[in-house]
Amino acid sequence: MINNREELQKAREMYAKCLMAEKKKILVCAGTGCVSGGALEIFDRLSELISKRGLNCQVELKNEPHDNTIGLKKSGCHGFCEMGPLIRIEPEGYLYTKIKLGDCEEIVERTIVAGEHIERLAYKQNGTVYKKQDEIPFYKRQTRLVLEHCGQIDSTSINEYLATGGYYALEKALFEMSSDEIINEITEANLRGRGGGGFPAGRKWAQVKRQSAKQKYVVCNGDEGDPGAFMDRSIMEGDPHRMLEGMMIAGLACGASEGYIYVRAEYPMAVSRLKKAIEQAKECGLLGENILGSDFSFNIHINRGAGAFVCGEGSALTASIEGKRGMPRVKPPRTVEHGLFDMPTVLNNVETYANVPLIIKNGAGWYKSVGTEKSPGTKAFALTGNIENTGLIEVPMGTTLREVIFDIGGGMRGGADFKAVQIGGPSGGCLSTENLDLPLDFDSLKKADAMIGSGGLVVMDNNTCMVEVARFFMNFTQNESCGKCVPCREGTKRMLEILERIVEGNGRDGDIELLLELADTISATALCGLGKAAAYPVVSTIKNFREEYEAHIYDKKCPTGNCQKLKTITIDAALCKGCSKCARSCPVGAITGKIKEPFVIDQSKCIKCGACIETCAFHAILEG
Amino acid sequence: MNETFDYSVVDGILSEHGISETAIIAILQSIQEEYHYIPKEVFPYLSKKLKVSEARIFSVATFYENFSLEPKGKFIIKVCDGTACHVRKSIPIIERLRKELGLSNTKPTTDDLMFTVETVSCLGACGLAPVITVNDKVYAEMTPDKASELIKELREGNCDD
Amino acid sequence: MDNRDYMMIDGIPVEINDEKNLLELIRKAGIKLPTFCYHSELSIYGACRMCMVENEWGGLDAACSTPPKAGMSIKTNTERLQKYRKMILELLLANHCRDCTTCNNNGKCKLQDLAMRYNISRVRFPNTASEPDVDDSSLCITRDRSKCILCGDCVRVCSEVQNVGAIDFAYRGSKMTISTVFDKPIAESDCVGCGQCALACPTGAIVVKDDTRKLWKDIYDKNTRVSVQIAPAVRVALGKELGLNDGENAIGKIVAALRRMGFDDIFDTSTGADLTVLEESAELLKRIKEGKNDMPLFTSCCPAWVNYCEKFYPELLPHVSTCRSPMEMFAAVIKEEYSTSSKRLVHVAVMPCTAKKFEAAREEFKVNGVPNVDYVISTQELIQMIKESGIIFSDLEPEAIDMPFGTYTGAGVIFGVTGGVTEAVLRRVVSDKSATSFRSLAYTGVRGMKGVKEASVMYGDRKLRIAVVSGLKNASDLIEKIKSGEHYDLVEVMACPGGCINGGGQPFVQSEEKEKRGKGLYSADKLCNIKSSEENPLMMTLYKGALKGRVHELLHVDYAAKKEAK
Repeated sequence: MINNREELQKAREMYAKCLMAEKKKILVCAGTGCVSGGALEIFDRLSELISKRGLNCQVELKNEPHDNTIGLKKSGCHGFCEMGPLIRIEPEGYLYTKIKLGDCEEIVERTIVAGEHIERLAYKQNGTVYKKQDEIPFYKRQTRLVLEHCGQIDSTSINEYLATGGYYALEKALFEMSSDEIINEITEANLRGRGGGGFPAGRKWAQVKRQSAKQKYVVCNGDEGDPGAFMDRSIMEGDPHRMLEGMMIAGLACGASEGYIYVRAEYPMAVSRLKKAIEQAKECGLLGENILGSDFSFNIHINRGAGAFVCGEGSALTASIEGKRGMPRVKPPRTVEHGLFDMPTVLNNVETYANVPLIIKNGAGWYKSVGTEKSPGTKAFALTGNIENTGLIEVPMGTTLREVIFDIGGGMRGGADFKAVQIGGPSGGCLSTENLDLPLDFDSLKKADAMIGSGGLVVMDNNTCMVEVARFFMNFTQNESCGKCVPCREGTKRMLEILERIVEGNGRDGDIELLLELADTISATALCGLGKAAAYPVVSTIKNFREEYEAHIYDKKCPTGNCQKLKTITIDAALCKGCSKCARSCPVGAITGKIKEPFVIDQSKCIKCGACIETCAFHAILEG
Repeated sequence: MNETFDYSVVDGILSEHGISETAIIAILQSIQEEYHYIPKEVFPYLSKKLKVSEARIFSVATFYENFSLEPKGKFIIKVCDGTACHVRKSIPIIERLRKELGLSNTKPTTDDLMFTVETVSCLGACGLAPVITVNDKVYAEMTPDKASELIKELREGNCDD
Repeated sequence: MDNRDYMMIDGIPVEINDEKNLLELIRKAGIKLPTFCYHSELSIYGACRMCMVENEWGGLDAACSTPPKAGMSIKTNTERLQKYRKMILELLLANHCRDCTTCNNNGKCKLQDLAMRYNISRVRFPNTASEPDVDDSSLCITRDRSKCILCGDCVRVCSEVQNVGAIDFAYRGSKMTISTVFDKPIAESDCVGCGQCALACPTGAIVVKDDTRKLWKDIYDKNTRVSVQIAPAVRVALGKELGLNDGENAIGKIVAALRRMGFDDIFDTSTGADLTVLEESAELLKRIKEGKNDMPLFTSCCPAWVNYCEKFYPELLPHVSTCRSPMEMFAAVIKEEYSTSSKRLVHVAVMPCTAKKFEAAREEFKVNGVPNVDYVISTQELIQMIKESGIIFSDLEPEAIDMPFGTYTGAGVIFGVTGGVTEAVLRRVVSDKSATSFRSLAYTGVRGMKGVKEASVMYGDRKLRIAVVSGLKNASDLIEKIKSGEHYDLVEVMACPGGCINGGGQPFVQSEEKEKRGKGLYSADKLCNIKSSEENPLMMTLYKGALKGRVHELLHVDYAAKKEAK
């Protein structure tokens, strides 16, 4: 139990000392990705082997330093999920990739005991072996501020968080700053909401502070619903205390004593890590009544989502916490005035709160030295799709797409050509090669008709059909529409209907225009942000890849050959031996011919099932 | 109220979450964890206890994807069809699983209540795409063949216990 | 400059008073903005997006949810807005049955009206309207889900105004629908039959149950004697539909029309109400005398309230008056009167109400299996029948009701408006029967459209505390208050807000027009030379004649007993 400021400082010093005393540290990545690859079993095996070896294995940072201990920790996500399970060894800074249970003994014997590097397990790119994590291009080009702890400390231990300066920002805010000063610092730093909109957090906080209501709430949006995004999940799992600290500072600044974290149902590990972190903070007296002996009291509750994308929208999220259907409501009144339980509410997302301790600790001036003038700080992105290095990255705002995709991401997978990147999830747009030098920040993206969204970057190569991509996103949005307002409920259904007919080869003249007209109506009149953005993927693909739409509609061809119904299957007369096997396999009788003469396919009958291709022993049947 | 239904389980859940309209979602989640679906019998009971109309509870239960009003299988297989998994070919996995288990998008659960196959829009494990989860355990970099293998393992593993 | 607040609507300055939103102000400015989901009595839902207006920066705001501000400038009619409105209508129509001519809401449908106003001549999307999905399990309302546009008006009325919550949204997105729990038939749900949902529904998705077809058969049957009673609230609600002014008392014309349509004996439910006043006052005074007034006496005239009480507060049934409703008291007396007739007897009640259809079918009000009221016809159905008959209603000369039940009092007439039953009972209870005394009763607080009213009146040396509520949400709030110790002697409950004048069977009007109906009934009261029920000479005749020794059998009912039997 930490009762006051002095005790907090002492605890911090003491745990720092204990952490320093560890001779070696093994950080096993315990993010969702690595866990699915067996990281927890690896952790147990390592623990067993180290103890067997007679070494002092410390799986939890204790409050008295012991020399010569081996610290074995479950760290948060390192971000390099493609290479998991990952292990980082300190003090050397080695990163071992794709670890298997069988590798554990060698790691203990050679690296822990003998201090050697095991080249076999190191990351290699283009023939170069990278011993240390920081040297790997994937990491070298990143600026990890919010994610600084992810992969570096034990994500399940409040002691390690304290040892690395944790809750210093809360302490500073609590004892050295007035609530106005806190808000001014955040405003001055121009911290903009990382959930997509980029609304200045400081302004939001000030508005809530101004409300006279007795009860106010701090709500954290952890409903990271955009497919292809997992930044928030990694923070919640990998550095939960940082986010809690941010929420507590928000509560302190706005006069709120209750906080709610809404975590999507698909993140069970985030929920359990957060629960544990809250318990730890409570036990230490960092959450609860009269925190650190001050008159500030704060509690945090966790609400699990139940599977509705729309709950990422503020008013739908608060409705869901209240036990209702997650349907957005009309505004005004705004959430800052009438939010959760109709009370003034600060609503920010996970990454935004995680930025707060950094700003309070280092000051707005420092924060503004990173990123661009209008979008200071860093942004975490989830890099996925047809790219060499998938994973979680953090770069200063303003970094170009090219740097992200080619320098950090290692370029296109399998050497394919870059075609497009989908940014900002189903509400975002698809950018093409022309936009590769676009700086990633709120305003530049907006100008390009895209949005940063929560930070999902799905990279697509030239084998991707953009009409099909648009259909995929529209299908998603249509499925996730809450159904409340007419333009979103009925409009997205009709857009999907048109896109489906285009990819099936039934597109009609005027379809592109009708899509745009629907998109215009939906964007202008939909009730909530999700509805308003629902048509972006379609609008941006029409803008950047209109010729693909036209090929589907007018030539009945899919230029990438992805759309099954638009394929033509033909028999190469030169290769066909006339064996009739294909004709017998055809379920619709589309293939005819005379034995020992080339067979032909009646295109009007063919359903493009591909059965003939599989049966042909002479590879005479072609698809294209 | 249904006389053959044992409401003591629901009572336990209610006392854990508190008898409050705002706890409906958490209560339904716990009930679903207990029964693998939300039995019809709990609606009038919850309505009385929480002083909320049955239609309102039904409206909440049908809004969220995770709630099921039909019994679900012992193994709930969620196939991620988020963007990252989709571009790395998740559809063939879904198709294989459904084919193997005789399921479709309108029939998600096997008759022996062993398997339920659902799609989800993103599990947030995009680095490992395509992924599936079985009762929340993540299986990475799946292929249709790996999926078939997994089903086999689950079946056999199940016979053991 | 004066210090009033103005804003610009389409370039014209409009004064802001206390309008809650732009939509109301725009209406004041003489512009009918289209909307499906806005009702001033309900919470703002903002889902239809038809009422969008353009602000001075070119942004769009939904007028229903934007409060007016001084200095604001908006446009309601721009090229963009009209384009969007047309697209929204097109989207709704693509999904909607377009067989307007055979719809039972033909001519009253907002979707039809707006499609006409916006000149929608084509729908560019495939027709995905579902097949009719009719639930006619209820005696009061009929639902056809295929005609629903998901505006949510019914859901909000049912839960916000009535606190019933029989229906709610279910599922989401394009699968969203309005449903009872597990989509049970509405008759098996918590529905109390008040019909407010049908009133709020902009399309034909929920309508009043149509009983006119069978009734016509009986009217045309020469061997059937068809008597009819007309409820007080009906006379002031025919309004525009038949070329009258809102709130205009049309009882004389209604009588004339019914006679031409072929009804044999035409009476006024106000007479039945006089019976109720006498019985209910007696019951109230008896309770007070016997000191059994820990709990208040709840009125029992409103069948939706009785249903609500049975479903949600069965423990209160012993405190609900045993008096039958005026309709049922009167029906019992009328059936008795003609019991010796050689023809088959059919009795019809013209009511502002949908729940009366359920009440009429209750076992308690059947004699040898035959209901005392054979048909309940709502005001809406009456209008339909008048139109069907080809009668030019506005040209009719008023006619008088028939004997032997040709007299009623002002007390009976005001039953149709909230507070009316109470005022009528008070006229009976107070000792000073002077005109001044009665006039002062009007100012005790029982009158007016407020949902909850309180009044106190001296009875001897005792002060009677009275509460008058309309809208079942208000009723349930009051009940909770009573349960936590608040004391009243009499509680009048009407399920529909404002009382029967706004019953579920009445034609839909805006709230300003609703008040005119109330005023219409109070003017009718003024025209009656007898103001207090006990002074109705007919009452004496009845109590000495038909009712002698049979008061309990013909005029009372025990809802609590039925509950126990269950």
